[in-house]
Amino acid sequence: MKTMVKNLYGWLDERFDLSPLIDFMSKKNVPVHRHMIWYYMGGVTLFLFIVQVMSGILLLFYYKPGADSAYESMRFILTKVNFGWLIRSIHSWSANLMVFFAFVHMFSTYFTKAYQKPREMTWVTGFLLLALALGFGFSGYLLPWNELAFFATKVGTDIVGALPLIGKPIMAVLRGGEDVTGATLTRFYAFHVAMLPAVFTVLLGLHLVFIQRQGMSEPEELARLPEDQKKWMPFFPNFVLRDAFLWLVVLNVLLFLAVFYPWDLGFKADAFAPAPAGIRPEWYFMFMFQTLKFLPGHILFVEGELVGILFFGIAGIAWMFVPFWDIRAKSTSKFNPMVIIGLISLIFIIVMTIVGYLM
Amino acid sequence: MKKFNTAILFSTVLFLLININFVIADIPALLLQEDHCVSCHSELEILPEDFQDYDSHLQIGLSCSGCHGGDPTSEDPEKAMSPKAGFIGVPSTKAIPKLCGKCHSNIDFMRTYQPRIPTDQVQQYFTSVHGKQLLKGDEKVAECASCHTAHAIASAKDARSSVYALNVPNTCKKCHSDADYMKGYHIPTDQYEKFARSVHGKDLLEKSDTGAPACNDCHGNHGAAPPGVESVAHVCGNCHVNNMNYFEASSMAEPFANLDIHACEQCHGHHDVEKTTDDMVGVGENSVCTQCHSTGDAGYQAAKEMHQSISEFVNDYNQAEAQLKDVQQKGMDDVDILYLLQEAHQTLIHTRTLVHTFSPDKISEKTSEGVKKTSEAMDLAKKEIRDYHVRRRGFGIATLFITVLVVALFFKIRGMERNQKKQS
Repeated sequence: MKTMVKNLYGWLDERFDLSPLIDFMSKKNVPVHRHMIWYYMGGVTLFLFIVQVMSGILLLFYYKPGADSAYESMRFILTKVNFGWLIRSIHSWSANLMVFFAFVHMFSTYFTKAYQKPREMTWVTGFLLLALALGFGFSGYLLPWNELAFFATKVGTDIVGALPLIGKPIMAVLRGGEDVTGATLTRFYAFHVAMLPAVFTVLLGLHLVFIQRQGMSEPEELARLPEDQKKWMPFFPNFVLRDAFLWLVVLNVLLFLAVFYPWDLGFKADAFAPAPAGIRPEWYFMFMFQTLKFLPGHILFVEGELVGILFFGIAGIAWMFVPFWDIRAKSTSKFNPMVIIGLISLIFIIVMTIVGYLM
Repeated sequence: MKKFNTAILFSTVLFLLININFVIADIPALLLQEDHCVSCHSELEILPEDFQDYDSHLQIGLSCSGCHGGDPTSEDPEKAMSPKAGFIGVPSTKAIPKLCGKCHSNIDFMRTYQPRIPTDQVQQYFTSVHGKQLLKGDEKVAECASCHTAHAIASAKDARSSVYALNVPNTCKKCHSDADYMKGYHIPTDQYEKFARSVHGKDLLEKSDTGAPACNDCHGNHGAAPPGVESVAHVCGNCHVNNMNYFEASSMAEPFANLDIHACEQCHGHHDVEKTTDDMVGVGENSVCTQCHSTGDAGYQAAKEMHQSISEFVNDYNQAEAQLKDVQQKGMDDVDILYLLQEAHQTLIHTRTLVHTFSPDKISEKTSEGVKKTSEAMDLAKKEIRDYHVRRRGFGIATLFITVLVVALFFKIRGMERNQKKQS
């Protein structure tokens, strides 16, 4: 066996000169410190993305977009296709876990200040990847063409339509017309399986290249230490094996959720039916949805909803450019303004999400 | 101040006089300008008690003079209501059917308003008990206005109409539930009470289901008469077609007719028809078969067999339904089970209809079909429940495998890092 691998390596090395790659991998180290658990969050998100791609491709074998076929094909997948129920359930659970871990990864990067120079672009690409993941979630939610998804999409696209000047044209592009119809479904399908994956793959590639090129960020407390007191761990195989360890644990959790809490299909969407009770967006949009609900009708002659949308738009852009306006705390100061901003944002998101589910 | 108040009062009256539309908003304006009956009677507040501006005749421009005669163009009451101008005043009860028939029996005239409207109401009316009694000089009986009202007439499809399906029982009740009024006719006055308790009455009056029969659906409208022995099955059969056909082809039809027994009514009652149950067939406490049949006779045995077949099928069906709920609760595939149970339910309905053949063989043949479908459904349900457990066991095996890998990886990492430390 070993000889075979050696022969194969020799064959490849002769043609592609693998030595620089091997050299790079063998020298790559990961700093060891008490916050290193957060290094794994990006890896877990990546693993869940791989699961999404694989389970998504399997679903594509049977899924038929269209107002008359989407729900029926989903039903077929769930009831007739061997392990179809498992694949669909894994796809839904993994999507939610991926967004969750992406948020964890983002906030851990923020609080450990890993976004600072020279990693600004890693942060920006990471933020864009999270935005695309939310886009995946929003477009994928409609694809089973069930009642809840139909009305949630209606509400979601209505919010976009509330923007002045550009709102209505964007809403029309998203919906493929005035209302949420079969045309909306087919274009959401196109977003979900073609456009978003294409852009996501490019950005993900860049994000990973940046990380590999620049290495793991050292937290401030570690960076201040003299070189001989710093601890390191080889990326390969130590860190990779630890990553694999965690991926297996996540896979186990994913299987548990998919088997014991399978995602249900609900009732088929009916445009003429009254909106059912309990329409709510996916949990990761809940904090924004709930905030918009809390806003008064008008704030200083401007529609409350519009103020909310603009606020989230500006906040999102500001968040994306955090590395460029980062406020450095004075070494004597007890309070770090960036930590306070981060904590307020995190608490706001958590509280509003909980309130959204309780109300 | 007094002068000011008088001025306000005067101008208000003047405004109302000029603008009579303000008082009766829904009466066509043109009609009011030309018709002084309505305008004068409104001003003097002597419109008939039941006067409604939605009245169908009023809405198409047929005003008071259309029935009462007179000259509506004259502002002088003497001239407007003079016999010379054809004024007849309040028509007598006896005259009403013919008065209405003047237009409603004239096919050419009626066609100009509603091309498909029937014109045989008066003819039918005189074949009814009401009509016949009226001809005999009994003026207590119902004529056209008794049911349709005189001045609030609306289409039977209009919910405000006294003859709208949901209002019919109350319209008939006005006379037929009044024991004093009905004295001398020697007919019961509890029909409404019984009907309100019946399956038909509950659907119509409580659930507002206009598909449920009201009085006129069995007794007829203008030709109202109680259905006789020979026609009762046909009356019920208007809706319950299969039941009627099975009964008429059954061995019971002839003896029922010979014994002067009302076909449907004997078992189901008439005004108080109750929701049927499977226990009505058989030899149990609630059986209607034992009203005539007793131990030892063929009918008794047949009733027993029919009940047994139906009971077995219903038991199976209920069991299958319980299993379906279990499947649904477990989130498993219920589609095919649902289809099978829908088919079984159809078979059950058919079986219950077949009771009117009084043939244990036909019923047993049908119930066997149903039992076959329910057992297929139960087999599928069992398979789904088995799958549900297999999935859990499958997860157990998969997770065991992954956990072994996780543990192995843990030891591998630990061992490797120990070696690395030793080497460094």
